Amino acid sequence: MLLKELSEAFGVSGHEDAVRQLILDAIKDRVDEYNVDALGNLIALKRGTGPSQHKVMVAAHMDEVGLMILHIEKEGSLRFHPVGGIDPRVLLAKKVLIGDDKVPGVIGMKPIHLLEPKERQRVVKDQELHIDIGTSSKEETEKLVKIGDYAAFDISFRELGGELRTVKGKAFDDRVGCAVLVELLRTSYPVDLYAAFTVQEEVGLRGARVAAYSIAPDLAFALEGTICDDLPKKRDISPTTKLGAGPAITIMDRSVIADRRLVQLLVDTAEKNGIPYQFKQPGLGGTDAGAIHLSREGVPSVVVSVPARYIHSPACLLSLNDFDNTVRLMRESLAKVNELDLSR
Amino acid sequence: MKELIKELTEAFGPSGNEDAVREIIKKHVAEHVDEVRVDPLGNLITLKKGKPKSGVQSRKIMLAAHMDEIGVIISYVDDKGFLRFTRVGGVFPLTLLGSRVVFADGSTGVIGREKPEKRDEFPRMDKMYIDVGAVDKEHLNRKVGDVAAFVRPFVDLGQRLTAKAFDDRIGCAILLQTALELKTTPHDVYFVFTVQEEVGLRGALTSAFGVEPDVAIAVDVTLTGDTPEAHPMAVSLGAGPAIKVKDRGMLAHSGVKNWMANTAERLGVPYQFEVLEGGTTDAMAIQTSRAGVAAGVLSIPCRYVHSPSEMVDYDDVQNAVKLLVGLLSGPVDLG
Repeated sequence: MLLKELSEAFGVSGHEDAVRQLILDAIKDRVDEYNVDALGNLIALKRGTGPSQHKVMVAAHMDEVGLMILHIEKEGSLRFHPVGGIDPRVLLAKKVLIGDDKVPGVIGMKPIHLLEPKERQRVVKDQELHIDIGTSSKEETEKLVKIGDYAAFDISFRELGGELRTVKGKAFDDRVGCAVLVELLRTSYPVDLYAAFTVQEEVGLRGARVAAYSIAPDLAFALEGTICDDLPKKRDISPTTKLGAGPAITIMDRSVIADRRLVQLLVDTAEKNGIPYQFKQPGLGGTDAGAIHLSREGVPSVVVSVPARYIHSPACLLSLNDFDNTVRLMRESLAKVNELDLSR
Repeated sequence: MKELIKELTEAFGPSGNEDAVREIIKKHVAEHVDEVRVDPLGNLITLKKGKPKSGVQSRKIMLAAHMDEIGVIISYVDDKGFLRFTRVGGVFPLTLLGSRVVFADGSTGVIGREKPEKRDEFPRMDKMYIDVGAVDKEHLNRKVGDVAAFVRPFVDLGQRLTAKAFDDRIGCAILLQTALELKTTPHDVYFVFTVQEEVGLRGALTSAFGVEPDVAIAVDVTLTGDTPEAHPMAVSLGAGPAIKVKDRGMLAHSGVKNWMANTAERLGVPYQFEVLEGGTTDAMAIQTSRAGVAAGVLSIPCRYVHSPSEMVDYDDVQNAVKLLVGLLSGPVDLG
């Protein structure tokens, strides 16, 4: 399964090479043209089956959150800095792989026996943590790891199964978007489709900004693995999205207000084809659409997401039913997008 | 002009939902400009072409006022049909208590609040809800993502006016009135009515890219320091439109600032200088568009900004129009 390979690939923001290679191998025979731009975005064109009314950009980001090595201690352990948004609470005692040689390490912690009562109440900050690669001196570590090397979580993909066909892995934000986009490139659409596999989303939508500038699309879709906060709560308040309830359509997040005509296209398409869908709770998170819609003279944009629990942690869960329904919704919507009137 | 201000402030237009405001402006502006277009994000871009005048360098000038207002958006519908919501733009929870909101289709809701844990607890938005009078969830026609605006009628208090959304419908009204009163100009003047200012100057960013102006002036509201125990600020209602020196997002182009001040002196229009500690305007996004734009701001002093009842002085509004017409009629002197 491509999602498994993508999830297990090493691709912290700024070092997406392995992910890009996997995607390139998967799509190069399915697209008419492709190039890798100066920042590392992979941009592929799949030409339309007829006269294309709109130039359509579909974006998914290849990068994941991770760590960067800052400093090597005398005793050989590594200090690090987070790359992208990481809650320090998910770091303790996690396995990581460092650098191109994938040196294995563990994020060290004090065992419970040594914790003062007060320490148990406190979140250990990432500046206080270190990665232990089992070496005993700075010199020994320097043979394996350099300052500036990236570290990513060392996690294997697994199928948990069940009615929702749940799978577990790291980096579903946004390898699941990449996997959906690769899947979409199997078929042709009435429009010229520019697939943009972007870099550096997690550090500020940087790849999408330049990709949108070079493509200069008439409209855009961003595909995401989004927040899914659907575990039972005390109060009757919103889940951000719900696992298994279908693709999540964004109306507004912190980075973009979706174009209502595109939201309507997705809703109408879902209802006509009996595809389940949900609206993502407004006001939370940001995506590549935040940069794309502000490109040049503006680009009507919308976000479609596969809900994923525990994103930005080593172990995320998603439902393959949601994955399949996201592919279906996008495929049917892209088939209709040529008919959309964007004048007003 | 008061009829126009009433019509604009009472229209529905939270960020991303500016359609009704745009239609009103289109209707009023059409006969006073040479070109009208709407860009991909929804900005209304209109052009009044210049007539070359000997000895006057013709410039491409962009005037910007934003059409959007702050509002709320439904984030969850609970089992009984109460609607949880979050903010669209800078909404203060305190101003919501006792307020009513209206949706695009005209239906109204009341803002309610969970029982506070302490009597003097500061209200939080996640502990409030909108009650649209639903008997149960089944008979509710609202869904997650629906957007609502404050409900408040425009009231003419004589010298002062109060309404919701003076930020920035008063700017829209001033641009419209300027287009109407500006008989001839040596410059290509773009009257641009932007979208999504309240969520991050988004419309200004894309419209400035499209217009590519030489000089730009945003017309927007600013705060005042003239109310009881107010945060000190040297701007008052009725002391004339304010020429911005700086705010949190930009330093006004000193040439544009001086051009405005010198013109005001020449015309005998009262004005004040403005240094705003918080907040910014569309001019911030315009200033750094493409290779850079000489940008300034003409501000309308406004009390209670981002509350459902904002207040401006009518003389300030009329003087802003007078100053803009004066600026656009003569040469642009950026010294």
